[in-house]
Amino acid sequence: MKYLLSYFRKYRRESIIAPLFKMLEAMFDLLVPLVVANIINTGIAARDTGYILGQCGLLILMALIGLACSFTAQYFAARAAIGTATGLRHQLMAHIQKLSFTELDTIGVSTLITRMTADVNQVQNGVNMFLRLFLRSPFIVIGAMVMAFTVDAGAALIFLIAIPVLSVIVFGVMKLTSPMYKQVQQKLDAVTGATRENLTGVRVVRAFGREAAEAERFAQLNGELNAAQLRVGRIAALMNPLTYVVVNLALIAILCVGADKVNNSTLLSGDVVALVNYMSQILVELVKLANLIVLLTRAVASLGRVASVLDAETSMTYPEKSAQADSADEAVRFDHVSLTYSGAGDESITDISFRALKGQTIGVIGGTGSGKSTLVNLIPRFYDATKGTVSLMGRPVTDWTHDELRDRIAVVMQRAQLFKGTIRSNLLYGDTAATDEMLWEALETAQAAEFVRQKPGQLDEVVEQGGRNLSGGQKQRLTIARALVSRPDILILDDSASALDYATDAALRRALRHLPETTTTFIVSQRTSSLQHADQILVLDDGELVGCGTHEALMESCEVYREIHESQFRNDHAKGGAQA
Amino acid sequence: MSKQKKGLDLQTLRRVFPYVKPYRLHLLTSLLCASVSAAAALLIPIFSGNAIDCMLGPGAVDVAGVGKWALLIALSAVLAAIAQQFLATSNNRIAYCISRDIRNETSCKLQRLPLSYLDAHPAGDVVSRVIADVDAFSDGLLMGFTQLFTGVVTICGTLGIMLALNVSIALLVVVLTPLSLFVAAFIAKRTHRYFTEQAKVRGEQTALINEMIEGQKVIQAFGHEDESLAAFDEINGQLGKVSLNATFFSSLVNPSTRLVNNIIYAAVGLVCALFAIAENPAMTIGGMSVFLSYASQYAKPFNEISGVVTELQNALACVRRIFTLLDERDRPADAADAADLDAKGHVSLADVSFRYVPDRPLIEDFSLDVQPGQRIAIVGPTGCGKTTLINLLMRFYDVNEGAIRVDGTDIRQIKRQELRRSIGMVLQDTWLKAGTIRENIAYGKPDATLEEIIAAAKASHAHSFIRRLPNGYDTVITENGGNLSAGQKQLLCIARVMLTLPPMLILDEATSSIDTRTELRIQSAFAKMMAGRTSFIVAHRLSTIREADVILVMRDGHIVEQGNHDTLIAQNGFYATLYNAQFGL
Repeated sequence: MKYLLSYFRKYRRESIIAPLFKMLEAMFDLLVPLVVANIINTGIAARDTGYILGQCGLLILMALIGLACSFTAQYFAARAAIGTATGLRHQLMAHIQKLSFTELDTIGVSTLITRMTADVNQVQNGVNMFLRLFLRSPFIVIGAMVMAFTVDAGAALIFLIAIPVLSVIVFGVMKLTSPMYKQVQQKLDAVTGATRENLTGVRVVRAFGREAAEAERFAQLNGELNAAQLRVGRIAALMNPLTYVVVNLALIAILCVGADKVNNSTLLSGDVVALVNYMSQILVELVKLANLIVLLTRAVASLGRVASVLDAETSMTYPEKSAQADSADEAVRFDHVSLTYSGAGDESITDISFRALKGQTIGVIGGTGSGKSTLVNLIPRFYDATKGTVSLMGRPVTDWTHDELRDRIAVVMQRAQLFKGTIRSNLLYGDTAATDEMLWEALETAQAAEFVRQKPGQLDEVVEQGGRNLSGGQKQRLTIARALVSRPDILILDDSASALDYATDAALRRALRHLPETTTTFIVSQRTSSLQHADQILVLDDGELVGCGTHEALMESCEVYREIHESQFRNDHAKGGAQA
Repeated sequence: MSKQKKGLDLQTLRRVFPYVKPYRLHLLTSLLCASVSAAAALLIPIFSGNAIDCMLGPGAVDVAGVGKWALLIALSAVLAAIAQQFLATSNNRIAYCISRDIRNETSCKLQRLPLSYLDAHPAGDVVSRVIADVDAFSDGLLMGFTQLFTGVVTICGTLGIMLALNVSIALLVVVLTPLSLFVAAFIAKRTHRYFTEQAKVRGEQTALINEMIEGQKVIQAFGHEDESLAAFDEINGQLGKVSLNATFFSSLVNPSTRLVNNIIYAAVGLVCALFAIAENPAMTIGGMSVFLSYASQYAKPFNEISGVVTELQNALACVRRIFTLLDERDRPADAADAADLDAKGHVSLADVSFRYVPDRPLIEDFSLDVQPGQRIAIVGPTGCGKTTLINLLMRFYDVNEGAIRVDGTDIRQIKRQELRRSIGMVLQDTWLKAGTIRENIAYGKPDATLEEIIAAAKASHAHSFIRRLPNGYDTVITENGGNLSAGQKQLLCIARVMLTLPPMLILDEATSSIDTRTELRIQSAFAKMMAGRTSFIVAHRLSTIREADVILVMRDGHIVEQGNHDTLIAQNGFYATLYNAQFGL
């Protein structure tokens, strides 16, 4: 709510004008029965054609002014609603930029996208309708009652009773049904899920002969949906007949009381018509109000979800001033480092210690889920270690500022992610001030220069959303080039050459060796062939460091490493060795 | 075709009747109740008008008359209320139950459709038929019918009563009321442009949001947050502008139609009043109140009916899509004399030919004899027919010519379930059910004990990651294992097969997302399990298949080479080329 209030404050003028003019319009609506009563009581009674014409003209004038008020209100309501939505989207996006990887993982990509699109739209709709109707409907309900009092206080007492009864019915039914509708939606989602699952998994379902079981399961979910729908339908159906009866009872009461009063000449028959009209206005407004509340409930729920993203505080704080590089030759040091991801049951890496010197190439190898990516993600402080310390240039990573870390370390992630724009605009992510010469140099090293040169637009070749007009291997090479453009002290390649063929991979590794001497390179790979020339290879198994050394040393001493290597080169290597 | 779209499609409509038939009593109730409630809605204003006419002035009030009309109002209101309740519940029952029936039918149909249909139609399309189309149909058709019915009853009733009361005013209302429809249509047409524009910009923004959020980690890793936010703000501002137009102009419809209605109201009031003060009054005060209330309500059924035709057309279009699905040919049923199977694992393919598309031959004259317990590896470039061979072995597709035999019996003479249960299959496309890890592993053997499940998970090297999950074996995985990595999903699929221990095994790129070392261990687990069992392995990672008894090298649907690793390398043919390309040797 606090987020919404700030927007109401920002759009104070709009937020006041819109409901105000809506109320003005409503006021004219409320006056209509009075004018009609005048026509009957004065005009018809006195057979005064001029008066009748005047009053009918008044009705039309009121309708026109009402229209003008309404247009004004709609305009300002739309402005406030859209201003709020645009602002919220900006606020969300700005907030997301500040979240750390831990929050990004916890919240999840698809959730964030839904929050920014569907939920914000829902809020926009809610604000719009809120400003337009929320004051109008209660105003008409209360106003009709007040007008009834001005017509005749005695007869108006009927309104005083009818309105609370009607409200109880309308809101009671809504309160009862809204959780039930939620249930219906859940059941429908379950049926949708079951359908999709049966389609995508048709081969498995049939391979295991589970067709009948799946059909039965579907029928069960479908039956549950049906039962839930009927249940809520029965209760929701009550609203109309109940309100109908109450309004008509009130109508009868008005007629009876009115008849009595007309007889005693305390009321005119035109006034009775006015009272009847007010009663039907109330019914119409109550139904509108109920619909509005459904819409607002949804908007508030969306707002809550948006707020929970905005409330997610980044779990990472950076110091104001950066540390100074300390140690002369040490680039990265891990000291008994463990990490448990938030929400995970167990550690992903456990008690890891090693030192990487400036200019070294460090290989990281291990099986699926052994913690390779986790390990390298700790170096640029994407995550904070839950135990132990990670140091950069002799200082704990937590002592460095955000900007300093990003300047010194470049990461090429597993998933090659490019952005819509041009090849140039993507490469400039690494360093916005880079010259074309620097870009080409990076492309050369990343083995990407050749295919970029073949593109008609060269550096200005268009890159589509997510880089879908490039092949997997091309994307990977561009992401490597992008990292190289930033000329980092530490370069991390997280299994980022997987789509490259053997020859390109080898050429890439050769080129990387010609980087400035002080550049420390981490290469994560599943292939031992990619790491053979590394100064140091870290072997991970199930989150633990089971070996550390050169290829030759590890072949001697590390069982796991040898197994990995042999699984890739078994026969040939043995044979090749024998023949040599 | 276009003709069909315009008019109501009677043929489709006729097919709908059998679905309504079980609920015809409800339908009858619904129509009856709709008439009652419409009649009451029309009569009550008249009764109250008559009551008002009983109040001529001080001392001239016919109290008994007012009482009589009041009683009539009460009676009609209660009757109408009861009718409304029955109407709503009957309609609910008809709509919801027909949806349920149709959905169950489609679900059973899906289990019987041949793979050729399901492979050719995207899952999203079929899902939208089963879910959205069924909903749209039941809502649209039934609500459409009731609305049409009530609308017609109301319009006729209103007309009749107004004509009976006063012909000229009735004509005035009849002529003026549709004006509001025109105004609404007029504005809607003008605002259409703004909506298309809004949809376009919104689409662009959504695409950008998708890209930015998916690439958020990269943006942060390069410290590119400010630039990205600026790009976002630009399109955000643009959307704000077009949205304002679309929202504002479309919000003019309601006030404008209200204006028209108010003007009609004033006109009716004026004419009524003039009639009332004429020399011999053709209008009473009560009559005037009736007309005023009709004038304000008369536009409503027109609005509704104008929507009904589109709604009905839409509903029929939806149900047509469902019927098309239901009309698809089933896979052929099991032969009446289809045999059970207790397979030893002797598989033979004799002169098999197969093509997905009639004019594009794929597998031609393919013959192969596999002894029980042999390991067959199938290799070859993409699209050479490896996966097709598996489709045939599992009988997802039937051969066009020739025959596949298991233990000497043509697989078309074996019950499908028997055949498939004797083959364990792990595919590259790792499908998991929404449910717990435990349920997924036990998919082929629902009565397995936890010990058996854990043993299978250990054998497939899935145990170590499962125990690290928040709830271990009871961790719920989302639809298709969204919260697991590709490698983890593959391990679970392998565990699923490990538990059932079938006599034959098919591995289609079963370990493509698993690192080589784990893969090797799984292979050894498979090897242990497969001792004496026949297995078919498809892989493009050649290291996976070196140990096969027979390697089939396929190219364009034919076996081009056949033999074990060493002999094929020695041949220095296609296999050797593939092998060297992979390892760069």
